[in-house]
Formats: sequence, structure tokens, C-alpha cells
Amino acid sequence: MSKKYDIAIIGAGVVGASIARRLSRYKLTVALLEKEVDVSFGTSKANSGIIHAGFHDTPGSLKAELCVRGNTEYDRLADELEFPFERRGELVVAFDEEQQQTLYKLYRNGQQNGVRYMELLGRERTLELEPNLNPDVLGSLYAPTAGIIGPYEYCFALVENAVKNGVELLLSFEVAGIHKTNNFFSVESSDGRSIESSFLVNAAGLCADRIAAMCGMNNFKITPRKGEEYLLDKRVGKLVRRVIFPAPKTNSKGILVIPTIDGPVMIGPTADDIDDKEDFSTTKEGLDRVFAFTSHTVPAIRVSDIITSFAGLRPVPSRNDFIIDKTEVSGFINAAGIQSPGLTASPAIAEKICGIILSCGLRMELNPDFNPKRKAKIRTRTLVENRDYDTLGKLIQSDKNYSKLVCRCENVSEAEIIDAIYRGHTTIDSIKYATRACSGRCQGGFCTSRILQLISEHAGIDILKITKKGPGSELILHRIDKGHQ
Amino acid sequence: MKSVDVLVIGAGAAGLAAAVSLKENSIEDVLVVDRQNFAGGILFQCIHSGFGLHRFGEELTGPEYAQRYIDMAECQNVEMLLSSSVVDIVSKDDIKEVIILSQDSGLVKVKVKAIILAMGCRERNRGNINIPGSRPAGIFTAGLAQKLVNIEGYMPGNEFVIVGSGDIGLIMARRLTLEGAKVKAVLEIQPYPGGLDRNIVQCLDDFDIPLYTSHIVTNICGSRRVESVDVSEITDGRLTPKMKISCDTLLLSVGLIPENELSITAGVSLNAATAGPIVSSDYMTNVPGIFACGNVLHVHDLVDYVSDEASACAKAVSMYLANKLPQDKCIPVHSGNMVRYVVPSTVKPQCDAILKLRPVAPMKNVKIKVVSDRGDVLKSKKLIRAIPSEMITVQLNDVPTGCKSITVYFEI
Amino acid sequence: MAHKEMICIACPMGCCLDVEYDNSIISVKNNSCKVGIKYANDEIYDPRRMVTTTVKTNLAIAFLPVKTSKAISKNLVRNVIKELNDITVSSPVQIGSVIKKNICGTDADIIAARNIS
Repeated sequence: MSKKYDIAIIGAGVVGASIARRLSRYKLTVALLEKEVDVSFGTSKANSGIIHAGFHDTPGSLKAELCVRGNTEYDRLADELEFPFERRGELVVAFDEEQQQTLYKLYRNGQQNGVRYMELLGRERTLELEPNLNPDVLGSLYAPTAGIIGPYEYCFALVENAVKNGVELLLSFEVAGIHKTNNFFSVESSDGRSIESSFLVNAAGLCADRIAAMCGMNNFKITPRKGEEYLLDKRVGKLVRRVIFPAPKTNSKGILVIPTIDGPVMIGPTADDIDDKEDFSTTKEGLDRVFAFTSHTVPAIRVSDIITSFAGLRPVPSRNDFIIDKTEVSGFINAAGIQSPGLTASPAIAEKICGIILSCGLRMELNPDFNPKRKAKIRTRTLVENRDYDTLGKLIQSDKNYSKLVCRCENVSEAEIIDAIYRGHTTIDSIKYATRACSGRCQGGFCTSRILQLISEHAGIDILKITKKGPGSELILHRIDKGHQ
Repeated sequence: MKSVDVLVIGAGAAGLAAAVSLKENSIEDVLVVDRQNFAGGILFQCIHSGFGLHRFGEELTGPEYAQRYIDMAECQNVEMLLSSSVVDIVSKDDIKEVIILSQDSGLVKVKVKAIILAMGCRERNRGNINIPGSRPAGIFTAGLAQKLVNIEGYMPGNEFVIVGSGDIGLIMARRLTLEGAKVKAVLEIQPYPGGLDRNIVQCLDDFDIPLYTSHIVTNICGSRRVESVDVSEITDGRLTPKMKISCDTLLLSVGLIPENELSITAGVSLNAATAGPIVSSDYMTNVPGIFACGNVLHVHDLVDYVSDEASACAKAVSMYLANKLPQDKCIPVHSGNMVRYVVPSTVKPQCDAILKLRPVAPMKNVKIKVVSDRGDVLKSKKLIRAIPSEMITVQLNDVPTGCKSITVYFEI
Repeated sequence: MAHKEMICIACPMGCCLDVEYDNSIISVKNNSCKVGIKYANDEIYDPRRMVTTTVKTNLAIAFLPVKTSKAISKNLVRNVIKELNDITVSSPVQIGSVIKKNICGTDADIIAARNIS
């Protein structure tokens, strides 16, 4: 018999995770369903990690409203959940008169949207803030409230905290069918599991249109918009301090130079509408486009600085705004079409969804045992970067595994990797997102084999079954067949 | 706080040889640190033969070569701190404070007079060469595959395409074939092979593995696991799509990069051409008391040369400790026509120096010339052939005083 | 009389030998040392290769690197690998110890290339 929940959320990206954590404040039974082997493995993991100020979006849109509101939540969230977050600020740069005009328009947008502390800067002040910008810059729009975070760490932290407060996470649960009987949704997964719930929240990202269609609603379509991003060596990590935007054109915010919370600079993304929701390939053409732009904005960036690249797919809805509302099917609520600034808006989206559920008549009583705190594991690299060897020495005394460096590029210790495994991350990619092992210069050349051993040892998974990112992506195909005698 | 005269970082081919030579030069207070729980470094996974011909006059496998040096180190009572990583070096006047994370001893701070950097190198990876396409499982560097196969007994794939014809890639082509895998092709971006000719013969030709020079992978296909790669030929700088090769694994053997994270932390300046420290002919970096040798300095083709370089470096360290290193101003050494790089970056007047260099491209019947800024020919040497995969050594004796720079070039 | 160019694989020099032969070697050119002459002879009448591989152990190190004591006939390389796949080393060995004598009748022995305790 399938288990019954008050609410089931489909999709454990930042949107689903934020909703789950928000709902975990109440005495409710909540299931969080994710088709991938780990949370954030869809659109969220390829996010640029920018907490936008909120001047890009059209005044009056849901995007604008929720972005500005979401932005203000991050200091508290970062404090409660201990994910890295810094308010570095955003800078939109103009190189000609037309672009200057765009800055004024964005400034007015921002004012209407309620963005605080924005400033229009001239050339000198712009270069004072970011000396490595192309000196041909004419001026910029500066929004200091913007920030950067690690998008997957944020997502991991939200889910961990939600689970600690009672939410049930069902991974590898790919929704294959939804049936509504009486007042219950019955949700079946492709591997034969099923659950029931009174409310169903559709936070399925790229698949949100398919999920809605399963409930008989075909009123929107989601198109994947591919964004290729390129990560540069930490050598260039200090070239820019703030997120650098071009004066935007039509369908995206343009190609950016993004300092990441972990040090390296990322450049991208491209924005190309495609048909295939599984196409995460990068292209030579995309690389050329990204470089043509960024090498103009920040001339010191070189192609040889790239250490890795990836592509993400943004879920672009047929209407040009977030789709956050109840539907004609009672109990079915959409949190769909959440493209940029979805990460920024996610806390506000969660709040809005809670309000909608409440308005539908669900009794939502606060859970007195709700604990908003999630403790992050102390990172060796942070202590080494700060030369805080007293703390590191003590840490090693209490946990010897802190002395074993597995990832030499990013100084990740065995203690951190084991901790991530016990937090439920048992694929190579999840370990990478949770700890940064494999994400440095050598890209796993040295540490992969040790991580395989650690996952096998601590999660009890046969080495042959350990995957990069879920079934079908096993790393080792077989044992060398020796010594049969 | 513990203190030693010389700390050697890395117990691979370079570190072991340096430690042994320090002892031979009567430097007793030596500590070798390595992150692994054994000495010998990468040699233990290099189970093929071809090591030691130059150094020991016989052909050894990697583990055998390593063992020779481990035995010598034991014989000399070299102190080793294994399972320990150096994370920081702070220079304070003539003394350096080194921070080590050690499995047995916790966080250890050591005061040292001199340091030999011998951390070796790492492999270039997919990101470094920007192969477009998807990001499935089944993309490995050749060295990682070597470790999986030779040390751990795991096969990372069944059907391979190898990118790059460097020696590790060639050796792995043979190794994987002998363990039952199918190696469908080796692709090389250059118009000539990257590895030694002998390895083309015994690793590819022997097994009918095709080598495509002037070919690159333009796309990796497969969402979960590699399914195929698209290959193009380069002709006159243009790409012509050539074929799609189905495979479940892509092996990358696209070069090595000296591993200098720690050197940078210590304030050591690097040479853009080698990606290793800028050193003088006595192997000292710009930070007094910090020396470098082996693959951390520049990538060598033979381990024998690594050992030789480490010995020479150790000798210079012993002179440094005795305050006998010449203090003269350094004379810069420039790479001239067809020279990709020269190590060291500077030499000293009235001293001898060994110049190590690589050509930009393969050449036949050339002359290597070393000239001073005043036009004096310091050395001239005929070579039947010069190829990028084989390091060329030029001995300079008694560098003249008064010259402001030296240039090394090929006369063709 | 036949004529063949070949790369000598005896050492990393990789001399490009110019060989003239019939029922026996007539001349070898471009060799840097006398090993090249022997190599040319072997390569034409009985090509030989060193074999290096691993054998399984049930000791602290799971795979022992091994090598043939000398080069063996090229066409027996796969047989040697196959035969070694059936061997498990179960007691400690010293580098240089013989793991298998006269492998596949080649007159070469299989030698441990590492100490295992």
C-alpha cells in the first residue's frame, strides 16, 4: 500500500527544495520526489550561483516581485543553513551610447521593483571597482545587494534541513503517472513505487509541462534554453570581484563574468532555445561566442585558463513569467517555468506556494520542533586559505581524517568526503558538488580512485555500481578477471 | 617545533634521488614528505619496462626502478614522513616554516633551511583542451586508467579511443589491449606522434592499433556513458569531419603539467613555457633556499633524467647550506629559433651549467647553438634529429663573465 | 634481397634502422650501437618482446607487477598473459623472485617486479 502525505513536491531542485524546507516548519507530512539520483541534479546544478539584485525584470512581473523579495532572505538563510554566500554586487557595463541608455532603463526598472542602493557609475568609478575591465568602458549600473552562492550546496542544505524536520526525500523517483481519485493524487514512479498526497506541487523544472499534462492540463509548454558555461583556473579568480553583466539584449541577461563562491571565475552562459531536454553538450561555437564577449569585457581572460565547461538547460515557459498558482485541478499547484531569477526568487516562491496551499484550506499548524539550523562540515581548504592552523590542528586531533587530503587541488580532506557520503551523496558528481573534490585543476585525475574506495567503504556500494550521476553512468565496467584458480 | 636542514617534498623519482644525493653530499638532516603511504610515487603504476637504461645500464620496470632508489634511501637512513601533505610554506628570512598534515603526527610545523620541490606533475584533462560535447561517465586521463588497471585491477571500459599519442597513452593502448579491451584508435592533434618511436612500434603497430595524426575529437556523444566520438582531420588549419567512432571510453593522454600549487603558495615564480619554477643553473627558484627538480620543474621524457637532475639539484643545495653557492648576478637564458623552452632560466658567470631544451617541432640534421649577447658561440652541437618528445641536453662549461644574456637556438 | 626500415625499440633512442636481408641479415645501417644489429635480426626472423603485466595476489597489494626475464617470441605474448591470468600469488615475494618458470615453454621466467609482504 502506498504511503499518504499531505503534500508531495515533484522536483528537488532549488525551487522544490525551498518549498519542502518552508513546509517543514509546519506539522505536515511532505514527500519530496526527485527523478535523479541526487537533489539539484537537474537545472539547479548548472546554475551560475548569482543572487540577483532584481533590476533586470519587468516591473509588475512575478519575476521582479519574487526576485527582489527573495534577495533579502539570503543573509538569514546562509546563517541558518551554513552555505557560502557573499554579497559581492552586480555591475552592468556599457561600452557605447546605446548601452548607456539601457543602463538608465535598467536603473528605472530597479527603482520600480524596489531594488535598493543602486548607483549609476561613470568610467572612472567603474574601473576603480573593477580595474581589470576593458578600459574602454563608458559606465556601469552598480547594484551592491547582488550576491553569489554555491547553488548545489544551497540546494543540498535546504533538503538536508527539510529532511531533518520530517520531509521524506524519495530519490530516483521519476514520475510516470498521476491519478486523481476522490481527494487524493496517486503518484507512480517508473520503477513501480507509488505514493499518495492531498496536494501536489509541480516544481519539475524542465518536465513541469509533462507533469501538468499528466493531470490533464496542457496550457503551457516548457522549452529548454541551453546555456554553456566555462570555468576558469583560479589563477584568474581575482580578476573580478563582482558579477559583470553586459547591457542586455533580448532573451537573456547576456554573457557574464561571474566570480564563483569557491574562487574560480565562470564565464557564460550562452542562451539557445533547443528541442532536446537531455542535450547538455557544449559546442565549439558556444565557446567561441562566450570568449568573443568576455575577452572584450575582461581582456586578461584567456582560452587557456579554462579548466572545465558544462551546459545547463533553463526551463522557459510559453508565457514570459513564472507560473506559480493553483490550477483547475484542485490541490495541484504549479511552481513552473522558473528560469532566471529562479534561484534568487526561490525563498519567495516557497513562501508564495505556502500561502496558496493555506488559501486552499489546508490546516497548517507550526511545528514547535522545527529546527532551522543545518551545520556544514568545516572545510580544510578554508582553514588553509586563512592559515588558521591552530583550528586545523585541533580538528585533526578530534578527527584524524582531516589530515588525509584526498583532493590536492582544492585541499579536500577525507573527513569532508566521508561526511558528504553520510549526508547521502554517493555518486562522484554529488561528492564533487558537496565537497569540491574533483572540481579543481586536475578534474579528478588524482582523487577519483580514492573517492570510489571511500564511497564503497562507507556507503556499502560495490565499486562496479558506483556512478558518476546515476544508473548508466558507472565508472568501472568490470574487474580484471585474474586468478581464477 | 621540529627543524631539519632540508625538506624534500615528494618521494617519487626526483625526491628519492635528491634525498639520496643529499646524504652522499654529507647533508645528514633530511626529511622527505609524501602524501602517499609509500615512496616511489607514480613509478609503481608504471609496470612497463624501459626505465633505468641510462642510470643503471639495464632495462627495468617502474616498480623496480623505484625500489632501487627506495633501497638506496633506506641504506642512507633517509627519514620519511609518509601519508603526509605539505599545505603551506612560509618564508621568514633564511628560515622557512612548513605546514604538514600528517596521518600519524597530525598537523606538523617544521622549520627548514632549504626545500627541494619534487612534487612531479599532473595530467592535462578534458577542460584543458576543450573537447566539446556531453559530459558522460567514461572519460579518463591515461594515468588514472593506468592506476585503476595496474594497481586496483579495474577495467574502466571495453572499447577505447585514446586522444593524444604521448607515451602514457601509447603504453596504455598496449596494456588495455593485453587485458582484453579493444583500442579502436589513437588520435593525435599534431602531424607527428607525441611519444617515443619505440612505443609506436611496440604499443600500437604490434597490435594493429591505428594512429591518426592531425586528428582531433570534435564531439563527445552519450548522456550517461560515452557512446561515440566524432573525429575530424586537420588540414591546413581547417577541420574536415572524418568519422564517428563508437566507444564506451575516451582516454586522454594530452600532456603533463608540473604540479606547482604549493610552489605558488611559497611565492615561487613560474616559467610560462614549462609551467615549472624559474630556476637558475643551480636549481634555486626566486625564493632563496627553495629549489626544484624533476617533473615539477619541467616534464621529462625519461625517469633517468629526473634522477640525474635531482642529484645535481641536491649537490647545489649542499653548497647553498655551506654558503658556497656563487652569488653572482644571474645571466638570463633565452629560447631562440625553434626552441620551445630551456631550463634553467638563468646561468651564472664562471660556472658550469646543463641546459635542457625541447624543439618546437621535429627537425632533421640541425645544429643547436648557444650564443652570448656579444655574439660568442659558447656551444655548437650537431644533431641528426631533434624531436619535441626527446629532451636535448647541452653542457656549458665556464660561462664567460661579462655577457648579459645567452640565447639557445636551432640553426636549420 | 629484401630491404626494410624499422625503428629499433631496444632503447629510447629509437634508431631508424635500414636493414638489408635475405636468408640472413646482409647489412644494418643507422644503428647507434650493436644492439641494433641483434634487434634487426630478431625483428626479421623472430620478433621478440618483453612482457610486463600483473598477477593477482591475496596479499596486502592486490596485484603484483611482473615481467618476463627476457624478451619472448612476439606471437606468444597473448598466451603468456592468458596463462598468468590463472595464477594467484599467495605468499610474500621479493623483487626478482621467479613467479613462474619457463612460461609457455618460452624459456623465459616470470619475475616479480615488486616486493610484497
